[in-house]
Amino acid sequence: MTPQSSIRDTFFEECEDLLEALAEGLAAMAGGARDTDTVNAVFRAVHSVKGGAGAFAMTDLVAFAHRFETVLDGVRSGTLDLTPEVMHTMQRSADHLADLVEAARNEDVLAADVSEAFLANLDQCLGAEPEALEMGDTPFDFAVIPLDFGDDPAPKEPAGHVIRFRPLQQLYANGHDPALLIAALHGLGPCEVALDLSALPDWEGPDALTPGLGWTLRLAGQESDTALQEIFEFVEGLCELDISPLEDAPAAVDPLPSVAAPPSPAPGPEAPSAAASAALKPDLAAGAESAEARGPKPTLRVDLDRVDRLINSVGELIINQAMIAQRLQDMALASDDDVSLHVEDYRLLARDIQEAVMAIRAQPVKPLFQRMSRILREAAEATGKSARLLTFGENTEVDKTVIERLADPLMHMIRNAVDHGLEGPDARRAAGKDGTGTIRLGAAHRSGSVIITIRDDGAGLNRPRILDIARRKGLVAPDADLADAEIDGLLFLPGFSTASSVSNLSGRGVGLDVVRNAVTALGGRISIASVPGQGTEFTISLPLTLAVMDGMVVSVAGQTMVVPITSILETIRPAPGDLHRVGTDDSLLSIRGRFIPTVDVARSLGFTDPSARADFPLLLLVEGENQSQCALVVDAVHDQRQVVIKGLDSNYGQVPGVSAATVLGDGQIALILDPDAIAAHRASPATSAAPRPPLFHADVHHGQH
Amino acid sequence: MANTDLAETDLEFVTFSAGGQSFSIDIGQVREIRRWSPVTPLPHAPDEVLGVMNLRGSVIPIYDLAARFGLDRTPESPRNVVVIAMHGSQTVGLLVEAVSEILSVGRERIQETPDVRSDTARQTITGVITVDEGMTRVIDLAAVVQPRGKAAA
Repeated sequence: MTPQSSIRDTFFEECEDLLEALAEGLAAMAGGARDTDTVNAVFRAVHSVKGGAGAFAMTDLVAFAHRFETVLDGVRSGTLDLTPEVMHTMQRSADHLADLVEAARNEDVLAADVSEAFLANLDQCLGAEPEALEMGDTPFDFAVIPLDFGDDPAPKEPAGHVIRFRPLQQLYANGHDPALLIAALHGLGPCEVALDLSALPDWEGPDALTPGLGWTLRLAGQESDTALQEIFEFVEGLCELDISPLEDAPAAVDPLPSVAAPPSPAPGPEAPSAAASAALKPDLAAGAESAEARGPKPTLRVDLDRVDRLINSVGELIINQAMIAQRLQDMALASDDDVSLHVEDYRLLARDIQEAVMAIRAQPVKPLFQRMSRILREAAEATGKSARLLTFGENTEVDKTVIERLADPLMHMIRNAVDHGLEGPDARRAAGKDGTGTIRLGAAHRSGSVIITIRDDGAGLNRPRILDIARRKGLVAPDADLADAEIDGLLFLPGFSTASSVSNLSGRGVGLDVVRNAVTALGGRISIASVPGQGTEFTISLPLTLAVMDGMVVSVAGQTMVVPITSILETIRPAPGDLHRVGTDDSLLSIRGRFIPTVDVARSLGFTDPSARADFPLLLLVEGENQSQCALVVDAVHDQRQVVIKGLDSNYGQVPGVSAATVLGDGQIALILDPDAIAAHRASPATSAAPRPPLFHADVHHGQH
Repeated sequence: MANTDLAETDLEFVTFSAGGQSFSIDIGQVREIRRWSPVTPLPHAPDEVLGVMNLRGSVIPIYDLAARFGLDRTPESPRNVVVIAMHGSQTVGLLVEAVSEILSVGRERIQETPDVRSDTARQTITGVITVDEGMTRVIDLAAVVQPRGKAAA
């Protein structure tokens, strides 16, 4: 990786944070916040994106950010009223800025007319403020340099830094402004600036493009080198820079040796001497000062691979601990034996480490939710509806992978909620509701899972129509009599789409079945509830982490397997009269006056080994999709424990009825069953009709050759 | 045995026997060779997939190479070994009867697979190498581990 590309990566990482801060700030402003901190935060975010983009010569991004910044400056200085229209433009502009950043990251070019439209919108905001518009026409302002032409050498300070700073041509070409950098230094503490004209070129000479100005800055205060270096981060390599502690600095300003300037394809700006006749603009310094304000909590950016390696190792540690504990148990030592006690400590310690490591991967859902407000805006715009998004529980932390893989389904559901859930403004008012629809997006922790809810206050599901469509598409029998919940569940069937005309918005060939598949793939489940006239609520329940889960260890056909605890409602040892045979193979369990179908797990998996069949099977009552229950027949239930989930996909592929695998205490692998898939297997008898020959009955197989 | 002129050597293969035949695989793909240990069978798996095994925390599928080539399943024997091989990012184990030797051969000594009838052989063997007692079949690991049309979904 070249240094340049790693700096570039850093820039885009920072952009993510900045765009997040921007969205957050704008949301606060839209909610009525007008305090300087909020407005400054927004301004700073756009400004920093522009600054960074300038360093990488991303001209589209710089141009747009600059115009955006101009509007924000107007808002900040109070010359521009924050009307709802301006607010809307700013939010849409923030979205567009995010697009531009993304395009720059992928080295794409966005269609120019899109940017033009946004620029025009921004200009419209500025219509009332012609001078700002003028500013918008010059991409970079060199005119403002707050310089203190103090000629006297600085009095000796107890601590501080001397910074010698000489911009190279490339720095100007990239749109950086020394004034901003110097202003930022002012933000760190009292700072004296001396202009160093020693390298001013001979005006008669041929090379008028080489900048001749340098500055020597004396900064008092205890600022760390890092803080200083951060200011010059974006101009690294674009200037001669020397930061040294104040004590060591020579009193006189040495002329800096001339260093070969980097190749400069672009013609440089006018000699900055004009700029040096500086006009001081006070709020520029203030803006730059706050630009350096950092978040309250120090954080560390770590390569995700490293974290995953750690998580993997900790998983091994847990397994290893379980193995040792099991060996020890086999040795039948006294329970107060030293070794046993130490192993118990080991167990607790391993669990602690595991939790701490898992916490590294956990991230708040806030950025995800913020992205949704953009989706909502776009969806509302496309459908001509008016909608607002209310979020709560944004600080709920979820595994990073869960967040990433939840983005698409959530996006789809928000679009759905706007497109299908909410009524048009007129219909809403006719129903006595606020013309603006509300979509509530929430997250919460509930007993080891994360619950995400998406609720709209629209018309609710049109059940007769759903049923009608399902019948027409042959998804249900024409004479089927379905309960409300069952009708709602039809929405999740593949190939079901309620929109009678495929709209541009949500009808992208993706139905709720895709959403459900995505959620199921994460080990979660989704349910739906709807009240006519009041709205619809989707509830997604997800595991906190994808790395471990609580499982019930069972025996099936002589194999040890694990069933996720979350899907088990109860364990039943049926009395002889509780099971009722239906036909040759099926049987029903009667429980509390209801009949529930049973599924023989061994047969469903193709492990037909009658010799291993227990005389008194146990039943696990599980709830499958659409709230339908079924009872899984297993041979024995051993215990309940936390298991480390190991994917089968990477080395093998998907196995029907099995979601993953885990390593047991004895080092053997146990399969983790997917109760939903096994229950669904029952529903399609075609596949279970011809179970494959059992794997370990080699004699059967040998006979064929 | 592999007394090939070293100057012409540019490929190395691990050869092993499975189902009474000699097979070989590029040494670059072989990670390690392990003793056989019981595996956990997978439901609805093709015949040659014996199951999965725990390799220091990774779950890796074990293929019975003989069964993959349509031969009899490798009989259980304490002498059986598992060749752990990497194909891209995928780690798999191949159950074989015994590992024979490491063969260094010049590229020109690998002959194209003669036009045989069996589809399996044509798709999974990239070439053959003559050795002292006969020949060894160079297998294409990618083709061996490729899921052959999802059985009993």
